[in-house]
Formats: sequence, C-alpha cells, structure tokens
Amino acid sequence: MAKLFVLAEHRQGQLRDITFEMLTKGREIAEKTGTELTAVILGSNVKEHAKALAEYAQAVILVEDPRLENFNSEAYKKVLQALIAAHKPLLIMMGHTSYGVELAPRLAAALSIPLATDLIDLAFEADQLTATRQMYGGKVNVKTVVRKAETYIATIRTATFTPQKPSPPANGQILETPSPLTEDIAEKRFLQYVLPPPGGVDITAAEKLVGVGRGIKDQANMPLMEELAKTLGAVLACSRPIVDKGWLPTDRQVGSSGKTVKPKLYLALGISGAFQHVLGMKSSDLIIAVNKDPKAPIFSFADYAVVEDLFKIVLPLKNKVNEAKAQKT
Amino acid sequence: MDIIVCVKHVPDTAEAELKIDASGKAVDKAGLVYDINEWDDYALEEAVRIKEKQGGTVTAITIGSEDSDSTLRKCLARGADKAIRLTDPKFAGSDSYATAKILHSVIKTMHYDLILAGLQAGDDGATAVGPILAEMLGIPHATMVKKLELATGTAKVNRELEGGLEEQIEVKLPALLAVSTGINEPRYVSIMGIRKAMQKEIKIMTLADTGLTEAEVGEQGSWTRIEKLYVPPAEKQAEPVTGTPDEIAAKIVDLLRSRGLI
Ligand SMILES: Cc1cc2nc3c(=O)[nH]c(=O)nc-3n(C[C@@H](O)[C@H](O)[C@H](O)COP(=O)(O)OP(=O)(O)OC[C@H]3O[C@@H](n4cnc5c(N)ncnc54)[C@H](O)[C@@H]3O)c2cc1C
Ligand SMILES: Cc1cc2nc3c(=O)[nH]c(=O)nc-3n(C[C@H](O)[C@H](O)[C@H](O)COP(=O)(O)OP(=O)(O)OC[C@H]3O[C@@H](n4cnc5c(N)ncnc54)[C@H](O)[C@@H]3O)c2cc1C
Repeated sequence: MAKLFVLAEHRQGQLRDITFEMLTKGREIAEKTGTELTAVILGSNVKEHAKALAEYAQAVILVEDPRLENFNSEAYKKVLQALIAAHKPLLIMMGHTSYGVELAPRLAAALSIPLATDLIDLAFEADQLTATRQMYGGKVNVKTVVRKAETYIATIRTATFTPQKPSPPANGQILETPSPLTEDIAEKRFLQYVLPPPGGVDITAAEKLVGVGRGIKDQANMPLMEELAKTLGAVLACSRPIVDKGWLPTDRQVGSSGKTVKPKLYLALGISGAFQHVLGMKSSDLIIAVNKDPKAPIFSFADYAVVEDLFKIVLPLKNKVNEAKAQKT
Repeated sequence: MDIIVCVKHVPDTAEAELKIDASGKAVDKAGLVYDINEWDDYALEEAVRIKEKQGGTVTAITIGSEDSDSTLRKCLARGADKAIRLTDPKFAGSDSYATAKILHSVIKTMHYDLILAGLQAGDDGATAVGPILAEMLGIPHATMVKKLELATGTAKVNRELEGGLEEQIEVKLPALLAVSTGINEPRYVSIMGIRKAMQKEIKIMTLADTGLTEAEVGEQGSWTRIEKLYVPPAEKQAEPVTGTPDEIAAKIVDLLRSRGLI
C-alpha cells in the first residue's frame, strides 16, 4: 500500500503538538486515498516517541542516529531523500513551523517534488492535491491546485486541526530503519539553544491585558496606552511589530513567537488579528477589539467589536473607567 | 563581502479593503499602496550594515513590474550599490518555485559571499523562495534568522523557534539567509540619499536574458496554480459595540463591570 508520511516534530525530548494535529488530518486523507498513515521520526534515543506515534499511525518509521539529535535541515533532507526513494509516499506532511519552513522547500527543490505551504486545508481531488492557505494577513483564503505528481510535500499550519487519538489506538508497527547518514553535516551545524532573556513582566500571569498593535502608529503614543492599561488595572502587551520596533520588550509579545495568554480580559487596540498573534490570545475569556477596519480578521475572534479609530476611544474609555472606579469607592 | 538581497514589491494590505477581482483568482490591486516587503526591508538593512563594517557591495534584485523600481530606488537610497529588475509578462503567475528559478538564473552568474532574503513575502508569501533558491545554487541556508555574526568563511546564526526560544547554528559561506523581522532597525532614508539614488542605474532583464524557457516560468513553470480566492468564514462573529466614542466607552465599562473586571 502506498504511504502517507507525517514527519514527527520534536524538540528537547518532547513531541510537538503539530505532530498529532497532522496525524489526525493525515488519517482522514489516508482513508480517502487508500494510503497507509505512516509517522516518520528522526532523532536520537526517540523510541519512546515512536511508541506514542504508533497509537496514531498504521506504521512508524524510526531512524536513529546521534547526528539527528537536534534538528538540522540538511541531515533531515538526506534521510528523507532516502526514505522517499524507498517508499515513494503519496504525500509528506510537515509542520509549517521553524523546522518545516527550513526543511520543506529545500527538500522539495532537491527532489523536484511539488510543494504547498502553510495549509489550513488539503485534499485529493481526482488524484491531484488541492491546498488551501491564507493570504494578505488572513483577509483572503486561496485554494490552489498543485501540479500532478507521484509525491507531494505540504506544510501544515499549527493549531488548525484538533488532535484526536484513534480508538482503538492504531497500534502501528515500528519499522526501525538504519540511518543513511555516513558523515557529519559540515556546512550546517547546530550549536546550542538560546533561551529568551528573563522577563521583567509575566504577561501570562496577568488577569487583564491591553494588547497594542501597529495601529497605535507612533512610539509617542505608548504613554497613553500605558495609562489606559494602568487605569484598567491591566498589563500592557503587544503584537510583534511593537517588539520589532523596540517600543516594548520581548516579554510583552503575544503570539506564536511570543507568549500564549489566557486573561479574563484582552483589549486589542490596533491589532489586525494575524494568525500568529491570534494563536497566542484566542482563548482569553473576554476579547474586545478596537480597529478602524471593519474587515480586520481580529473581529472573527473577538467577543465585542469596536469599529472605530482607537485614538477616539482610548481617552473616553480611560475617563469612564475612572468614573466607575470613583463611584464604587 | 559581496551581498545579494532579494526584494519584493508588495501591496500594504493591513488597513486596506480588499476586493476579489472578476477572475476570482486575485485581489483587485487598484488603489493599493506598494512598498518593499517588510521582511526584505530588514534583509536589506542587514546587508548594508555588513557592508559598512566590512566593505564590499550590496546588490538588490527583484522580479516585478516597472512599478517595483520604487522599491529598488529605496534600496539604492539605503545603501545598495546596484539594482536589478527582472520583468517579463511571461513571469506572471510564477509561484515560489518559478520565482526561485528566475532568481537562480541570474544569481548563478554573479559573484556573492552572502545572499539575504526575507523569511516571507507579506502579501501572498509562501515562505519558500529562499531555501529553494539555496538548493538550486547548492549553498547552505538558514531561515527565521534573528541574529547574524560573520566570521571567516562561516556565519553564526540565531534562528527563532517557537515561543521565544532560539537555536544558534553555524553555516558555511557562501550561504543564503532568510531573515525575520526585528533582526535590526531599518534606517530612514535621507532626502540626499534618495536624490543620489535617482542617478543610479537599474539594470533591467527579461526572460530572454535568463536562459530559461517560457515553460519554466509563470504558471506553466510553477508547482501551484491558484484556483480561487474567497473571504474566510468567520470563526465567530463579534458583537458590535456602537455609538459615539463616549457611548462606546460607557458600554465597554458596563461590560467590564458586569463581569467584575472593574
Ligand atoms: C498574476 C499572478 C499570478 C500568480 N499566481 C500564483 C499562483 O498560481 N500560485 C502561487 O503560489 N503564487 C502565485 N502568484 C504569486 C507569486 O508571484 C508569488 O509572488 C511567488 O510565489 C513568490 O513567492 P512568495 O511570494 O511565496 O515568496 P516567499 O517565499 O514568501 O518570499 C520569501 C522571500 O523571497 C524573496 N522573493 C519573493 N518573491 C520575490 C520576487 N518577486 N523578487 C525578488 N525576490 C523575491 C524575498 O526575499 C522574500 O522575502 C501570482 C502572482 C501574480 C502576479
Ligand atoms: C514566523 C512568524 C512569527 C510571528 N510571530 C508573531 C507573534 O508571536 N505575535 C504577533 O503579534 N505577530 C507575529 N508575527 C507577525 C504577524 O504575522 C503579523 O505581522 C503581526 O501580528 C501584525 O501586527 P499588528 O496587528 O500589530 O499590525 P498590522 O497587521 O499592521 O495591523 C495594524 C492594525 O491596526 C489597525 N489600525 C490602524 N490605525 C488604527 C487606528 N487609528 N485605530 C484603530 N485601528 C487602527 C489597522 O486597521 C490594522 O488592522 C509572526 C510572523 C511570522 C512570519
């Protein structure tokens, strides 16, 4: 039976969630295409991971090699080239993550295998891969057709599919496969992990957050935002561009490359609602978004939508909060 | 050090109202304001900083229509020495793969020690051009580059992983590095810089100059083909809070009070 590969992603001894998200979507595609859902795990001392994967997949290909201890796209590329040559899978799914983004395009180019990236949906229609992704910061979705081929590579957006363990567990067979690597990768070497600098403020512990985005326009407006946050008894957080510009330190960033927060209130000011930001705040209890663009994607995640110029709202809001607090005491 | 920077001229859509055009396969570009892709802005700045420290040249290269000249001019004003624009109606419909092929056809004839690209194009970016181009050139690459230190023959690179974690890796030069936002603070362009840049030449090349065939570029030469665009269905619909600013503020306060948040 032809195979459908899901490349397991792991780091520092942990399988990452995207792996199980892909295995869940992969199961659906495998059933429809009559392929065998096969998890592929490359690493060093990862037999325990292989067992966990076997609960989800019909087969697990396990390649162990000390050279695979930490992710290295060149090492992964070489091993996958050998596995693809041996198994000719219909599809190889990887995460659209820091690892998948590094590996997938290069592997695709090396083997001339068509690639579709950052997918929020995928299916085979008449033997051909159709792939859906987002454009323009999530304002538009695009359905693409991928050129006909024997094998396809797709990178899958994180947190798009909800992992579900098959019941009963798939109990896939673990196929230990010798590593094809014969020497160290000289042109690209892993050196070390670098932890984020210890932060002064823990936004994940805050009960209320005011999140500011590029819509606040100027660093000169930051004090106003701080004041509003203070009045609300909230902590100031932000989208990535605010950190990139150096207006707030890294520890205030909400999103996939920042923190995941779950406050009782998330007040988003001038944030468009890009996927990477939303990932970090969509589980907040109450989300109020202020954005002058009625089509801003943030409004499909918020509970309350204020379509207005944020600068018209901030001062009145601050005043009304102060009034309310005064009434209370 | 000779550095090539791949830049793309893209529409700024964060605040724009997007309409899907009659073909259903693209957005209506009329009225959109174009500028250098955000990620490429950082890549160019990084290149210029390296040149200022170590000497060498910076060449900006783009595939795009004549309008892309404004992006190339910006690069020249920022400190790029040369600019190349690849323009041909046959390039339309190129995906990341075809785009990388076109860039490769020209870059392979040039001298370089380092190629910088953006991690992704902010418009319809697939996050793929950089690594594909590196594979075609047979040089190592790294994406999501947040920090870059050059030594003789190698580059030490911090790649961003998820949740604020980074990994430090070492790649041999020449290499292609696709940078993340925040790797530096791009400078503002001085009026004098822009004036001086107006005099610099932009080299224009077409399909005929690339040595590629028509079938290798555009939709024919691509892995993916757009079938249709559509507006994403809302995950949930937020309840509108309307009125004058004061009324809106009062409603928000009521909301917060009812939940014990004030
Ligand atoms: C008429 C038309 C039809 C199209 N049809 C399709 C289609 O069918 N399928 C599809 O996937 N895309 C299509 N596109 C979009 C396509 O042209 C993309 O721009 C192309 O895929 C380039 O890759 P990217 O934007 O994904 O770049 P990414 O891989 O996201 O960009 C990474 C980096 O690569 C470099 N780069 C990217 N593009 C350029 C460039 N043009 N010049 C120089 N450097 C660049 C930059 O450094 C950038 O930061 C179409 C565009 C047009 C105008
Ligand atoms: C690998 C990777 C990781 C990333 N990680 C993160 C992450 O962890 N966190 C994150 O936030 N982003 C992250 N991003 C970036 C993300 O894709 C978006 O670019 C970013 O979230 C956009 O920030 P923004 O909403 O502040 O800015 P924009 O998208 O520019 O939006 C600004 C918004 O402000 C509105 N606005 C403007 N003026 C006003 C006004 N006067 N009143 C009201 N509204 C106004 C506009 O309508 C617009 O919607 C990541 C990207 C990549 C590629």
